[in-house]
Amino acid sequence: MNIVVLTKWVPEPEGTPTIGEDGLLVREGADGGLDPGDEYGLEAALQLVEAAGDGEITLLTMGPEIAQAALQRGLAMGAHKGVRITDESLRGADSLVTARVLAAAIKRQPFDLVIGGVESTDGYTGIVPAAIAELLGLPGLTFARELHLSDGTLTIERQTAAGYDVVVAPLPIVITVTAGATEPRYPSLKGVMAAKSKPVETLTLSDLGLSGDDVTPTQTVAEVTDAPPKQGGETVEFDDTTAARIADVLAEAKVI
Amino acid sequence: MALGSGGTFEGVSPSDLQPTDLIDIDHLLSDEEKQIRSVAREWVQRRILPEVEDWYEKGEFPARELAKELGELGFFLMQLDTEWTLGLNSVAYGLVELEIEAGDSGLRSFVSVQSALCGHAIHAFGSDEQKAEWLPKMASGEAIACFGLSEPDSGSDPGSMRTSAKKDGDDWILNGTKMWITNGGCSDIAIVWAQTDDGVRGFIVPADSPGFTANDIHKKLSLRASVTSELVMDGVRLPADAMLPEVQGLRGPLSCLNEARYGIVWGVMGAARSCFETALEYSKTREQFDKPIGSFQLTQKKLTDMALELYKGTLLAYHLGRLKDEKGLKPEQVSVGKLNNTREALEIARTSRGILGANGITLEYPIMRHMTNLESVITYEGTEEVHTLVIGEQLTGLKAFT
Repeated sequence: MNIVVLTKWVPEPEGTPTIGEDGLLVREGADGGLDPGDEYGLEAALQLVEAAGDGEITLLTMGPEIAQAALQRGLAMGAHKGVRITDESLRGADSLVTARVLAAAIKRQPFDLVIGGVESTDGYTGIVPAAIAELLGLPGLTFARELHLSDGTLTIERQTAAGYDVVVAPLPIVITVTAGATEPRYPSLKGVMAAKSKPVETLTLSDLGLSGDDVTPTQTVAEVTDAPPKQGGETVEFDDTTAARIADVLAEAKVI
Repeated sequence: MALGSGGTFEGVSPSDLQPTDLIDIDHLLSDEEKQIRSVAREWVQRRILPEVEDWYEKGEFPARELAKELGELGFFLMQLDTEWTLGLNSVAYGLVELEIEAGDSGLRSFVSVQSALCGHAIHAFGSDEQKAEWLPKMASGEAIACFGLSEPDSGSDPGSMRTSAKKDGDDWILNGTKMWITNGGCSDIAIVWAQTDDGVRGFIVPADSPGFTANDIHKKLSLRASVTSELVMDGVRLPADAMLPEVQGLRGPLSCLNEARYGIVWGVMGAARSCFETALEYSKTREQFDKPIGSFQLTQKKLTDMALELYKGTLLAYHLGRLKDEKGLKPEQVSVGKLNNTREALEIARTSRGILGANGITLEYPIMRHMTNLESVITYEGTEEVHTLVIGEQLTGLKAFT
């Protein structure tokens, strides 16, 4: 059972990120770490490998030196090895470029399953895993809130707005795992100490056989502006219509 | 989830230094030390802080449950370099103690007694068989240990202890009472120090030995989330191999206390940090006379004074940690750290309580809990007075007590 877990270094989610003059996030010197959304997928991978009794989990990330910290955290949680792709020309990579690079790295080794979070906590595009599935020519099962593996077939409960769909596919496949699908384990001191001796491979674009057009973004950031301030909301006075109005608001928000 | 505390990367640029570390003490730490600290900080935030107020109010401590988790995380006996334990360096070990005591001094006491007092006793003075039997179980949390030195009438003067161990053939017979024993009532074994014909010796006493009873002490107003007990030994018969063979005299227990005191030097800075952070946050949001109380000069002076002592105490702990690994610590050097840091932590807790006014007296905020805990911490492992006189003797060459 070989699983690739897609991981990303993101700035501290509770902090205010710094955006550079080029419209890109400033990562150097910023406080951050492994995307919390990735931990659910990693936990799912750890549980699958533990249930299978053998297997290897490879953390895959793309990013500068700082991204090493995200790998270290994942290795401390129990992943077996890490791969980091770094290249100056990848600065400002869009989702498609990122997917091409990650797909090229995934193809280097045999694998059964690729697991990602639903979306990253900084970029929020939510399309990289699906694009990877397409580039690899594999089924992409997204929004898994539960997963069961049996005889080389993975069954997931796919979270939808109304409930869930049951989706089945034979391995190898690409999936995304929702927040809350698993309860990520704490890294232990033993894990941190063991992570020191786990292998981390650093690759460049030429190691992946990619160049030029493969990594030229088709999207660029034209402008970054502050989000509009939050509006005041609606105050509902208490009378006979209040309950019905609240029910309407909740229905519009699709929470009931 | 806060990654600054939970993530593995804590790179700090000058613009985002935290109020708890304006002078960038973090700069002195290795990445690995910061990762280790993160493990402890995150566990305390997720596991301890949501529950500790209730434990404290009820006077409970889920020792078995926590022992298993602490063992799995690698927190027990973490400083010992053995095949069963991690062998953390002294600064990494100290950082873990600090984060744990930022949770509660009772929790830190639990870890210190297991690791520094009992783990060290068996590691330093036990036979190979004793180490192989107990260290793995204590590291995993399967076995909980307590350390019996103080007695009802023997505190700062341990040489006056009455507990005795007499030879009966090859066996030993133990009689006596130990008092103020952290973990006493929840332990599988007690390391008991007793007078023999050859001076003070240490014994590993299984808690299920006939004649051994542990009575928990209730009605405490400090360390309420911690088990504190009296140990009674009434003709407890032990085999010859229950004795720790490698030490004789008070040097044995005193060496264990030095190890535990070193952890306290770090730990209390965690309690102090928790109080300071709470008071700082409160002072920015609490308004009186139409402005935050943090804008008043008297409050800013209190906050500044607390911050200074927090930084100085943490730097002192850091220095002693590096010194410990590089050339070892003399007891009087540990006394400097224990005396200064417990005293300043208690002062910070009291000042913080004042800033919170009436709100400071409830369990809604951690301050009064830390403050009452620190009243024990400043007393145990050598009182303020004893450490003062240890240092005084080094300064003058004159003994104030014998």
